[in-house]
Amino acid sequence: MAIELEDVEDFICCGFPMKPTDRRSFNLMAAYNLALAEEKNLNICTLCSSCTSALTEAAHLISRDADLKKQLNEQLSKVGLCYEGGVRVRHFARLLYEEIAPDDVKTLIRRDLGELRIGVHYGCHYLKPSEIYDDFDDVENPRSIDFLVALTGARVIDYPGKKRCCGGPVLPVDEKVAMSVAKEKLDELLQAGADALCVVCPFCSVMYDGNQRSIESEWGTVYNLPVLYLPQILGLAMGLDENELGLKMNVVKTRDLLSRLGITPK
Amino acid sequence: MGQVNLDQADPHFARELAREPGGEKIALCFTCRTCTASCPISRVNEKFNPLRIIRMALYGLRDEVLKSDFIWLCSNCYACQERCPQGVSVAEFMNLLRNLAVREGQAPSGIRAQMELIKGQGRIYPLDDFDNKKRAKLDLPSLPTSCRVVKVLFAEEGESQMSPGVE
Repeated sequence: MAIELEDVEDFICCGFPMKPTDRRSFNLMAAYNLALAEEKNLNICTLCSSCTSALTEAAHLISRDADLKKQLNEQLSKVGLCYEGGVRVRHFARLLYEEIAPDDVKTLIRRDLGELRIGVHYGCHYLKPSEIYDDFDDVENPRSIDFLVALTGARVIDYPGKKRCCGGPVLPVDEKVAMSVAKEKLDELLQAGADALCVVCPFCSVMYDGNQRSIESEWGTVYNLPVLYLPQILGLAMGLDENELGLKMNVVKTRDLLSRLGITPK
Repeated sequence: MGQVNLDQADPHFARELAREPGGEKIALCFTCRTCTASCPISRVNEKFNPLRIIRMALYGLRDEVLKSDFIWLCSNCYACQERCPQGVSVAEFMNLLRNLAVREGQAPSGIRAQMELIKGQGRIYPLDDFDNKKRAKLDLPSLPTSCRVVKVLFAEEGESQMSPGVE
């Protein structure tokens, strides 16, 4: 595959959680990360949907507002950085969708996941606000992640709340409200007969995976729904082993799912 | 909601909002309720109603909005903004209201805690040696457990952050 990833140790929070509280700080944190990437002549591949929106939006604003850019660079000069513009930010799923030929992926498939019915959670910031994302996918009828999951042979299922928010940002404000939002989707997935939920964002994973047991006990429901990151699904199809895929770190146990694929967990 | 006392309303609030990022087209709202119908939070909790909040703001009910707990229920999902037929940046408007609330010293404790973590540690989930040990077991490189940069970037603002009206 033609893409090389480089770690930038100095990356900090993208600033997304600061947007509702302090827009200027939000812009500054995002600009700092953009400047770090620019210094190394790199574009950014994000592993989180919220980070994607924060960094993409900041880059978008800075390129259209000379005053903002000047202000931010005055701040950044305090840490020896400057952001000129031109760093491209793309979510890893979008990167895969746009840059990797489906046939190249198929040559790496060792295991067909046709046994599995998988629901995709698009969530919010992977696609919205749409004006900063070059229309790479359709906000109302998205298909990029469905497409990638389907390359593994898995059956991608549709369900009503596919595009709905996970409720994550409300967690520090009102846990019950946040969990209610996540619960609705888990109910729908259960009803649609999903064997697993595919996520592309750690925030969403906190809500559906990390908090699944809490939601179950709060409302007396049972889901036992494994929540897998897209790379874990692709990796399973590529024959990568459990440890490489970090499956032990998924909160909702994946043991049964693996057995169905004929994999005996270690 | 009961009766609203407009004698206390601030006639300049709407104009104040229209001047800031997120408030530009707010007066174009024609109460179609598409925002509320699209809102994932409204579905589970009727305290949060984007349309109602916009109306309250346009009526000048400054305190009722900025001191409220409900503006903090917005999950920033942008569903409202994507669908508004008038092009109102509803999500950014919610962010604007919350930015103003914070400038006046209003923020739920969870949000305040989050802000402090980010400005102090550069992350909302600061890493420690235990995390790096786990990473090492997975052959992942370790990551910094402290952040000097945020202290420099946010140095001046530290004290004046919560003071009203200070830019």
